[in-house]
Amino acid sequence: MTLLEIKNLKQHFPISKGFLSEKKYVKAVDGVSFTLNKGETLGIVGESGCGKSSLGRSILRLAEPTSGEIKFKGQDILKFNRKQMKNIRKDMQIVFQDPYASLNPRSTIRSILEAPLKIHGIGNREERMKLIESLVEKIGIRKDQLDNYPHEFSGGQRQRIGIARALTLNPDLIIADEPVSALDVSVQSQVLNLFVELQKEFNLSYIFISHDLSVVQHISDRVAVMYLGKIVELAHVDQLYQNPLHPYTKSLLSALPIPDPSQKRERIILEGDLPSPINPPTGCAFHTRCPVATSDCRTETPALREKQFGHWAACIYV
Amino acid sequence: MFRRLVSSPLTVFGFLVVFILVITALFAPLIATHSPTEVNIVNKLQPPSQEHIFGTDEVGRDIFSRIVHGTRISLKIGFLVVILSFPVGTILGAIAGYFGGIVDQFIMRTTDIFLSFPGIILAMSIAAALGPSIENVLLALVIVWWPWYTRIVRSSVLAIKNAEFIESARALGANPFRILFKEILPNSIAPASIQASLDFGFVILAAAGLSFIGLGAQPPSPEWGAMLSSSREILREAWWAATFPGLAILFTVLGFNLLGDGLRDILDPKQR
Amino acid sequence: MGAIRFIVKRLILMLPILLGITILTFFISNTIPGDPARLILGPKATPEGIERLREEMGLNDPIYVQYGKYMYGLVQGDFGKSTYSQQAVSEDLKRYFPATFELTLFSMFLTVLIGIPFGIISANKKDKIPDQITRFMALTGVAMPAFWLGIILLLFFYLKIGILPGGGRIDSWVSPPEAITGMYTIDSLLTGNWEALKSSLIHLILPGFTQAAVTIGMITRMTRSSMLEVLRSDYIRTAYAKGGSENRVLYGHALQNGMMPILTLMGMTFGHALGGSVLVESVFSWPGLGRYAVNAINYLDFPAVMGVTILIAVLFITVNLIIDILYHVIDPRLKYE
Repeated sequence: MTLLEIKNLKQHFPISKGFLSEKKYVKAVDGVSFTLNKGETLGIVGESGCGKSSLGRSILRLAEPTSGEIKFKGQDILKFNRKQMKNIRKDMQIVFQDPYASLNPRSTIRSILEAPLKIHGIGNREERMKLIESLVEKIGIRKDQLDNYPHEFSGGQRQRIGIARALTLNPDLIIADEPVSALDVSVQSQVLNLFVELQKEFNLSYIFISHDLSVVQHISDRVAVMYLGKIVELAHVDQLYQNPLHPYTKSLLSALPIPDPSQKRERIILEGDLPSPINPPTGCAFHTRCPVATSDCRTETPALREKQFGHWAACIYV
Repeated sequence: MFRRLVSSPLTVFGFLVVFILVITALFAPLIATHSPTEVNIVNKLQPPSQEHIFGTDEVGRDIFSRIVHGTRISLKIGFLVVILSFPVGTILGAIAGYFGGIVDQFIMRTTDIFLSFPGIILAMSIAAALGPSIENVLLALVIVWWPWYTRIVRSSVLAIKNAEFIESARALGANPFRILFKEILPNSIAPASIQASLDFGFVILAAAGLSFIGLGAQPPSPEWGAMLSSSREILREAWWAATFPGLAILFTVLGFNLLGDGLRDILDPKQR
Repeated sequence: MGAIRFIVKRLILMLPILLGITILTFFISNTIPGDPARLILGPKATPEGIERLREEMGLNDPIYVQYGKYMYGLVQGDFGKSTYSQQAVSEDLKRYFPATFELTLFSMFLTVLIGIPFGIISANKKDKIPDQITRFMALTGVAMPAFWLGIILLLFFYLKIGILPGGGRIDSWVSPPEAITGMYTIDSLLTGNWEALKSSLIHLILPGFTQAAVTIGMITRMTRSSMLEVLRSDYIRTAYAKGGSENRVLYGHALQNGMMPILTLMGMTFGHALGGSVLVESVFSWPGLGRYAVNAINYLDFPAVMGVTILIAVLFITVNLIIDILYHVIDPRLKYE
């Protein structure tokens, strides 16, 4: 069952260069479409600056998208007014990257977790406390730690608290924006496992944004690869990791360590830097760094097409 | 925090001065040895003695007792001006910083206009328009002072308004009012409050200056600036009439400055 | 973007501020309690007389017409008529401005001459005895009621030991130099009038130091913290490591980079000095804008007070504009944006 359907979503940020000069835009998200089913996890990978975080934020309307459609449970939430929006926010939540910045340093954990319930007028004080207490138990924080402040917890614990806050309203969708990249490797897997357990228990759908290919592989059902504001490849996780089609995906995966040392893989090293999203290259945005690019790539903009069953890529040579 | 406070002798000195000032203001009638306003012509222009430790003025009033009572006036002005201008400036600064756009432009251009006058000059013309009285000086100083807090708070709000915990509150559906007062303000008010603690002294100084040129407290009020103003006519005969009220102003401002500096060092070690 | 374009842009950005200043001052002038016409005519005025004067003064016009007339006058340099001196306020301002400007320039000169070296010494000897003394002196300066310091200096140097004059700009037996700039010291230099130069310099000493006491404190503190920042940086250590002498490193390398924030503060300090002139001039009977304003306050001469206010505000933002431009000239990293 489809929970979320994104159609041609664009998020352009104006950069003012004073009056007199022409307006320029950063095309952070530039025509992204995909669907997400109930209970599914969609991983989104890409280098920093590719627009994956902007995508997450614009789906939640934390930044107002420039154009496109966001159908959540069949309704286009971009047409929602303030009140409808507030109501639908209960069903879609976000977990942030930096567990040090995502909790108000001057609030206790209790009030941080109670805030969402208060905002939406759920339950009386007693009921809210009951709910919070049962929730923290699930994420491995003790009841008697509820009146502590964020700085009294470790990074991993804070991230768990951030997850608990997203869960208080019992949402259907959680967008996790690099939720483990600020954590120690040893803590990462614990938090990832927590995500998996909670998904089973509450039948959650995740959009899991990360630059870390192995993390995404571990948690996702399907994976989308982003480059300069566009999805260049989208497929089931096994298809994508075993049989990447797009040259960009191939080069990313070639950097991954292989568990079997007898197997050899050629490492593809990309030349040049990520181009500026203010002035993206014409045609296929990847042509400036693509090892197989031809002159056609400079003029022709490839669309994201289904190349194999359930396997989409945006490259004219695939 | 206490150890760091004690480790700086200047801060301790500032704290002591402010403490003594507050005690003096609270118990002025008990500390003063004479009436601050009672005229005693026979006793006029007495140099400092055991009876009148700071001497007497041109109509025989005890200068020590006048200074003690003047403490009340000065501290009251310092307190009221800060307590009235701080919330106004803070809220406007938070609104400007958080909402941005037209609102921000309007508020910040307004502060620019206020800050394009040297403070004392603007306060002077406002107080002159309202007419000379201590209440009007108070009002004039409030009008002059708020834009400073607006600027400071706006810049600290800008620094945190895109923090993830603010975004998280928005994602939860919190309204802007709640975000501003529950999430942003508690985390961005510290620099402005340090400034406010420093400002007590500067407000007292400005108020004394305005009284000195005849705009604030009117004689026979024992306000320090007004006392200094009338001491000029007897400067040749009575050095003490000018010296002690001025020292009172100096120590008061110095005390508040030292305390404010100390607080800043403790709360914001980067500034050291 | 070129320097000229930058300056023009800054000048254009100044316009709304100037407009704001006039709106604010107009608003203040309109809050005067009581009827100005009644105030002018005194207690014996007849209602008809008051009404006639109100009509004449335009007080019956709608507020925007009054503002329009006020602005129309202002752009032509018409600040109204002083109710006390019965002269055009603009004439009075022209007469008193050079005295204030001379005093302010002199005190700024002292501020830079004394404040910056002390700030550097203080930073270089951080937490040692010279630093402790300088810091305490600077703090005292910032907390100093200048009007009181002036009185005490008068008491000592004029009344007690009598080596400095008690007020005014020049001795009564010396005729002022021919007016060119209106500033006595500069005019006497230009005309080679050494007697007038000596007399006017002597008269500047006490008010100049009084006014500078506060700003020296401000500049010393700012220089210290700005230099501390610079002295911690790697290129200063490198300069020392290469065997540069202390003075060369301090005044050559470090000051050049520490100068930026100091320059910004100079603008604020200048405003402070201008504002302080109101108090200092009235202590030293210095015939400048400040004393003129204080007299005007005592005679409820409101047009005069407003004239001084507007002039000083315009001067203040002009100086800040100049500093802003200098800032960009000195710091090559800042492009003219």
